[in-house]
Amino acid sequence: MVTLVDNINDMSIATGTNYTAKDFKSDADVRWCAGCGGYSILAQAQRVLAGLGIPKERIVFVSGIGCSSRFPYYMDVYGFHSIHGRALPIASGIKVSRPELSVWVATGDGDCMSIGGNHFIHTLRRNIDINILMFNNEVYALTKGQASPTSKVGQITKTTQLGSIDNQFNPVGLALGSGGTFVARTFDADVKHMQYLYERAAAHKGTAFVEIYTNCVVFNDSTFSEFTDRETKKERTVLLEHGKPLIYGVNNDKGIKLDGFTPVAVSLDDGIHSVDDLLVHNEKDSTLAFILANMTYSDTLPRPYGVFQAIDKPRYEENIHLQIQDQIKIKGEGNLQKLLLGDEYWEIKN
Amino acid sequence: MDKKLISIDEVTIRFAGDSGDGMQLCGTQFSDTSAAFGQEVNTFPDYPSEIRAPEGTLYGVSAYQVHVGNRNINTPGDRIDVLVAMNASSLKVSLKNVIKGGILIVNRAGFVEKQLKLAKYESNPLVDNSLNEYSVIDIDITAKVQEILKGTTLTPKHISRTKNIFALGFSYWLYSLPLAQTEKWLQKKFGKKPAIFEANMMVLKAGYEYGENSEDIKYRYKINKADLAPGNYRNITGNEAAALGLIAAAQKANLPLFLGSYPITPATEILHHLSGHKNFSVVHLQAEDEIAGIASAIGAAYAGSLSSTSTSGPGLALKVEALGLAVMLEIPLVIVDVMRAGPSTGLPTKTEQSDLNLAIYGRHGEAPIPVIAAQSASDCFQMAFEASRIALKYMTPVILLTDGYLGQSTEPWRVPDVSTLPDLTPVFHTEKGYQPYHRNPDTLARDWAIPGTPGLEHRIGGLEKEDLTGNVSHDTANHEKMVHYRQDKVDGITQDIPPCEILGEQEGDLLVLAWGSSYGAIKTAYEKLREEGKKLSYLHLKYLNPLPADLGDVLKRFKRILLPEINLGQLANIIRSKYLINIEQFNKVQGTTFKSYEIEEKVNEMLEKGGN
Repeated sequence: MVTLVDNINDMSIATGTNYTAKDFKSDADVRWCAGCGGYSILAQAQRVLAGLGIPKERIVFVSGIGCSSRFPYYMDVYGFHSIHGRALPIASGIKVSRPELSVWVATGDGDCMSIGGNHFIHTLRRNIDINILMFNNEVYALTKGQASPTSKVGQITKTTQLGSIDNQFNPVGLALGSGGTFVARTFDADVKHMQYLYERAAAHKGTAFVEIYTNCVVFNDSTFSEFTDRETKKERTVLLEHGKPLIYGVNNDKGIKLDGFTPVAVSLDDGIHSVDDLLVHNEKDSTLAFILANMTYSDTLPRPYGVFQAIDKPRYEENIHLQIQDQIKIKGEGNLQKLLLGDEYWEIKN
Repeated sequence: MDKKLISIDEVTIRFAGDSGDGMQLCGTQFSDTSAAFGQEVNTFPDYPSEIRAPEGTLYGVSAYQVHVGNRNINTPGDRIDVLVAMNASSLKVSLKNVIKGGILIVNRAGFVEKQLKLAKYESNPLVDNSLNEYSVIDIDITAKVQEILKGTTLTPKHISRTKNIFALGFSYWLYSLPLAQTEKWLQKKFGKKPAIFEANMMVLKAGYEYGENSEDIKYRYKINKADLAPGNYRNITGNEAAALGLIAAAQKANLPLFLGSYPITPATEILHHLSGHKNFSVVHLQAEDEIAGIASAIGAAYAGSLSSTSTSGPGLALKVEALGLAVMLEIPLVIVDVMRAGPSTGLPTKTEQSDLNLAIYGRHGEAPIPVIAAQSASDCFQMAFEASRIALKYMTPVILLTDGYLGQSTEPWRVPDVSTLPDLTPVFHTEKGYQPYHRNPDTLARDWAIPGTPGLEHRIGGLEKEDLTGNVSHDTANHEKMVHYRQDKVDGITQDIPPCEILGEQEGDLLVLAWGSSYGAIKTAYEKLREEGKKLSYLHLKYLNPLPADLGDVLKRFKRILLPEINLGQLANIIRSKYLINIEQFNKVQGTTFKSYEIEEKVNEMLEKGGN
């Protein structure tokens, strides 16, 4: 049946997609703190979306509650600022009912990993084609500084005055465990890499999860500085690139090799190891993705970032619409009168 | 043999047996036959809550009650006139509701030592004279079907499974009903297995002939056709009717239908039915929890679907925060709450009217939501359609209250001609200069623009909205204005709903006021009392928020008002506080709806006592 929604979709076919980043800036003043990592995340999103070739009216940003969740107000696309933790099921309803829309979710470590944790795992399980940008600042910032599910053990916050005693969630590991088909990590300060991941996420069919280490200047300043500062970044991070060996270090003199299933750091200058010994990244290898995700909170190994996994799996919204098309083919377009009568009706005559 | 044919107006038959005895089939076949014959019918299935209870046990009894008659059949029957009991446990469980002098049709083979023990009988009730007050028709049905099907290719297990068909055939004879409807059904079911079809037909006919030929049986009965409006009829449960109402509404609105839902007793069949009608383009999401059920429905509503979620009390409690969001967003959404006995897990399979307060008041902030209630199984269709109409016209979530009793019970439904259903097509805003919170001056509904509309990109959410623009606003004067808009919008629906329809005198001494599934029992009692010449009036409310505009005036025209509810007085309190009048409550919370005799007794007691 042709619905009113089909008529709306027809309207958008004629519109151009010749945009600049400015076309994606809304009139609203950005109200994040000066120095917040959110500014960079927003700017890259505006830049990348301008180049995707998707009509603006077909893009929807959904958010929950938290600093990150103000995001939709700043984007001149369709925006939905919802309630705490529920951005993903709302986005799921949008995408499943309207697969033609490009649906994005801006969320944070509290919104997505804590109150919205159940929705997170099930959205990834269904592999609904939604792009999730999770600002991870390892703290509840909008409520002014409490420990979050990604806060470090020992972290001092207003609710953990003697140090946090909760273990830290590993969002990438959780995403993989939930069957996430596109799982990646980047940093607010790494503008180019962030743009690259946004493009990859947009192109990926299925749920794309991008964890973005985001600095909170007020409540958790510099928590990621070892991974983002010029002096330490090269030593403390390793970039995952499909088909390339895992090399890191200021002079690209270190690498990761697999000892059984255990990743170990080796020196390429020790006269024993060469590049050929190193682990070569493969985005299609789910076992490897778990191993790499497990490096996350290691004291001795560099923090991996990039695309951990990019695989193809069926998507809920495509399959449900395929089932609908199949049923229409088999049974014919639904006839309401026949449906209401059912198989076992009888007639009462005058 | 000549049998005396007795004409009666109505009968309540309960088919009871072990879970595997096919009693649900017996019940539905009997009611289909009776309805197709032209009688009025109302039924209620009574399943054990265990999925596969051990054989022969008291808690494994499965029953199906059918009430048929030639007029005023609104309930599955207060008391049982005829009990078909396939084993000892089913007799024990049901006997207390059988009228004295009632007929017991028992399968003798189900009363051997093992079964008597499982039923906790110390002696066999078929021989110990304990059933002397009843008219017992004692047949060894197991032996009968073995004898009838001897020499056929059927296995002993298959043969034993036809016992229910024998009982059904006998019941048809006893109430002078034709076999044709069941023959048609068997043909359809076993069309590809002629041996099984033939065997079942042999047994069905043998059951019928047993009545004709048995010397012990001296009477048979006849119920005339009811005076039904001409048209096409079918049997339907409340849950299926609600699902069909939503599909019909979406078709009439030219919108896709979305259901986001989580399985919960006794509402799950709505999810079953909607997920099974894919060729009507129904998109469903079986969500990870109740919250995701409504949240996904909110997302789909925002994107332009007629959107719905189905649940029961514990689920509605979980959806409360999202309901507040839907109020703030002012988007159309239908929430079907099939109420069950609470609080907490409560009695999941038992009915109650105790979510009314939650539906009307259960949100933080000033968050008005229209609440309507269905009065019978088939009425769930009309009310689901009506909930959709209100949701789309007023851009608001609407809660439809049904209950476990309505959801499971069946009654014949005169299927509407779909061309007579009103058009519900909304208007999507497409012109430039869109203001998300600009309102229709008549309905106060805001303008609706959906994603995909070029040039109308806008942001909405749970933060308070500025009037017209929909921008986030922390201005407290604006907040007050918006709170009033939202309230006035819902209050204004009162202009768009039918006025009170009072049965009986339009003013007088006693008005029975009720809502929801109490309708059947009260209507039956009302008709009976009126026939006896009693003076009383009856008003059944289907719109609970807002209430009909003339309700206050109507109530003031009666000296006394009786309000029966399956709760501790939730509507009574609402009526009292709104109209400052006295309400006499009549409450019951025993997991079932009222019996009509309970209403009769209560009304008679009030009429006898007179005045306040």
